[in-house]
Amino acid sequence: MAYSEKLLDHYNNPRNVGSMDKKDKSVGTGLVGAPECGDVMKLQIQVEDDKIIDAKFKTYGCGSAIASSSLATEWLKGKSVDEALKIKNTDISTELDLPPVKIHCSVLAEDAIRMALDDVRSKQDDEG
Amino acid sequence: MEKLIYMDNHATTPMDPRVLEAMMPYFCEKFGNAASKNHAFGWEADEVVKNSRQLIAKSIGAKELEFVFTSGATESNNLAITGVARMYKEKGNHIITVVSEHKAVLDTCDALTHEGFEITYLGVDENGMISLEELKNSITDKTILVSVMHANNEIGVVQPIKEVGAICKEHDVLFHTDATQAIGKVRIDVNEMNIDLLSMSAHKIYGPKGIGGLYVRRRKPRVRLSPLIHGGGHERGMRSGTLNTPSIVGFAKAIELADKELEAENERTSKLRDKLQTALSTRIDHTKINGKLDARLPGNLNISFHYVEGEGLMMAMPEICVSSGSACTSSSLEPSYVLQAMGIPDVLCHSSIRFGIGRFTTEEEVDAVIEKVVQSVNKLRDLSPLYEMVLEGIDLDTVAWTEH
Repeated sequence: MAYSEKLLDHYNNPRNVGSMDKKDKSVGTGLVGAPECGDVMKLQIQVEDDKIIDAKFKTYGCGSAIASSSLATEWLKGKSVDEALKIKNTDISTELDLPPVKIHCSVLAEDAIRMALDDVRSKQDDEG
Repeated sequence: MEKLIYMDNHATTPMDPRVLEAMMPYFCEKFGNAASKNHAFGWEADEVVKNSRQLIAKSIGAKELEFVFTSGATESNNLAITGVARMYKEKGNHIITVVSEHKAVLDTCDALTHEGFEITYLGVDENGMISLEELKNSITDKTILVSVMHANNEIGVVQPIKEVGAICKEHDVLFHTDATQAIGKVRIDVNEMNIDLLSMSAHKIYGPKGIGGLYVRRRKPRVRLSPLIHGGGHERGMRSGTLNTPSIVGFAKAIELADKELEAENERTSKLRDKLQTALSTRIDHTKINGKLDARLPGNLNISFHYVEGEGLMMAMPEICVSSGSACTSSSLEPSYVLQAMGIPDVLCHSSIRFGIGRFTTEEEVDAVIEKVVQSVNKLRDLSPLYEMVLEGIDLDTVAWTEH
């Protein structure tokens, strides 16, 4: 199976690897997937004034899963929450030219984005 | 890219140049059809096929007429199992095999269920070994065939074939073994081990692809097979089709070399394997070796690296050619059924890598692989949320995962 150059670039030089303090009110965490399925993505965003100022990820999984989450963090940085909600799994799979058996990796990345956005929103709502 | 290192010798092996040399005259000059009984070209081909057959049969303690050439071990397994089933169906409709067999055995057995056969799949323990007690208890008066592989292609464990043979003989049941991975690494004597049918392949022992064979016992008992391929009645009616003379010559040469060099080669490959195994399991934490340690093929190492995924790991070291039990490397998107059958949790199946050291693997290559694997596992663990959680002291079994 031949992978696209963009995918290999994200896999070999993953952007924004790391973790943030998940207790921080400005940080939203999305943890999706399951070890027994072979993919777990942890995606975190830091939101201030409705703007994503930072994004980090860690992923256990195949190359496509790692590249999908790396790309997601790159796209998220600088976007508003509303803009971030518009990122679709098909955008990721198209950008990385994922083979059909790897489409689920982009779905997982979209799920992680949504979960992280939900998490930060619920934290900030609580704050009132 | 850096120079490629081939360490996947269970999948296939490079052909030994000595094998190629032996085959060369049989393409353009000595091209006769072994079935042409009326001229010198045919006689020449017939003679070399006869000698090759004799040599291969002798290597497993069999007679020349007990060996049938096929296109490879997949066909041999199909012919042995379906051939026996259809021939002996009046006698019984029950076949016993093992959950960790190659798909060529499992899918053949599955296909026979549509012809009214019943299959018992023996389980394997956490080391990948069958239980002789379970085998004995599974034999009924309807059992016509037991098929147990000699050595496993994923984890390299060697089953107690002699004991299985003795049980089958005692119960008057035919015994087939898929010896594809064992040939050239384990000394086999079909009489001593009471084997009635044995599948083999040339390309796993530095011979050409597309040629293999099936040993079919002719005395005590005389095994009869219903053929799968019909035609000119070649191979005493069991497998029609013009014989592939150059490949047969290559197959025989590969057997001759393997036979001659077996002990020395086993010693060398097991030393390299042990070096790889020791280095990986001491320099990397959280590893697990899959399969029984003291009953394994000399060049095999199947190891799981916790918290990294097999395909992701292979992508980090593209110059190293190995296999993974990860679902992502299989078209079915299911992790290795062999590892699953051993009760290994799915998460560790996804993390498994199979190294296959062979005749042409050098110590320098093993050293380079060790460095690259250590470096790649570390790199992926830096990326792994699971490894991070474990370092934080979180029990992964208590996390509410979102399965997909």
